[in-house]
Amino acid sequence: MGWIGETVDSIKSIKIRQLLTQAVTLGMIVTSALIIWKAMMCVTGTESPVVVVLSGSMEPAFQRGDILFLRMTKDPIRTGEIVVFKIDGRDIPIVHRVIEVHERKTTGKVDVLTKGDNNDVDDIGLYADGQMWLHRHHIMGRAVGFLPYVGWVTIIMTEKPIIKYLLIGAMGLLVITSKD
Amino acid sequence: MHSFGYRANALLTFAVTILAFMCAIASFSDNFSNQTPSAQIQILNINWFQKQPHGNDEVSLTLNITADLQSLFTWNTKQVFAFVAAEYKTSKNSLNQVSLWDAIIPEIEHAKFWIQISNKYRFIDQGHNLRGKDFNLTLHWHVMPKTGKMFADKIVMSGYRLPDAYR
Repeated sequence: MGWIGETVDSIKSIKIRQLLTQAVTLGMIVTSALIIWKAMMCVTGTESPVVVVLSGSMEPAFQRGDILFLRMTKDPIRTGEIVVFKIDGRDIPIVHRVIEVHERKTTGKVDVLTKGDNNDVDDIGLYADGQMWLHRHHIMGRAVGFLPYVGWVTIIMTEKPIIKYLLIGAMGLLVITSKD
Repeated sequence: MHSFGYRANALLTFAVTILAFMCAIASFSDNFSNQTPSAQIQILNINWFQKQPHGNDEVSLTLNITADLQSLFTWNTKQVFAFVAAEYKTSKNSLNQVSLWDAIIPEIEHAKFWIQISNKYRFIDQGHNLRGKDFNLTLHWHVMPKTGKMFADKIVMSGYRLPDAYR
């Protein structure tokens, strides 16, 4: 009967505790990343404080793979601002420049028209059927800063999910096999 | 502690930190540039001024734009985006801004220019309020850096007026 007790003891004391510690450490890393992301959302006032440029419609300023820092304030929307907006019913945010603004005197509501710098025509073709203008609630933020090339990591991971799984698998392996 | 993995990890972390720091100070150095841009816009001709079938006014102008934006370029500048917008008030709208022309200036050599063109984008009102309308022409510029914070500003030129009747 003693050796059963010994085996159980050895299993309990060595492996489970180590595994739990590693799991907790991993959980801490993931949650601190989440905390940082949520804090950035609070500070910048928009639900996506950082976006990756996906198309070439704002070249040569913003190439595919650059990242943009966004901020949303209560300031009125004016021409020349680079805004990020989502069309109703579509997921992908679009980063273009405002070229026309009409602000109502009574309600303060705005009609906004946008266009990509590198496009020949304005964005009416991109808006939903029958929609002629963008309104404030479509706009998620204004671009205030920019970092080149860093967004390629996200683009590669989205377009070739194999790489994402490989990376996560490799990280998981490292965590399990490392001695501390 | 001295395995290849640990060394590669430490090197990579250090490299990324230094790169981020360099981008930040490159962007910060833009705050110290002395910017003195200048511009003038003349309306040479009102080409035509009509009311569209939907009821909105539209006007076509020929503009003469002279500008010197060379002082906006710093070593951290990738391009300057310049555009001219017409600003005016109507009874329904407290502010209307319509972009008439824009250009991408990739290098400092192209930043001092003189150009005579008709409006690149259509000047259409929401309604038919443009007869005899006083408006401002603003030259905006947006400095896009190689990395970091973007700057934008404008020069407002007032005193322009559309004709009292369609032609």
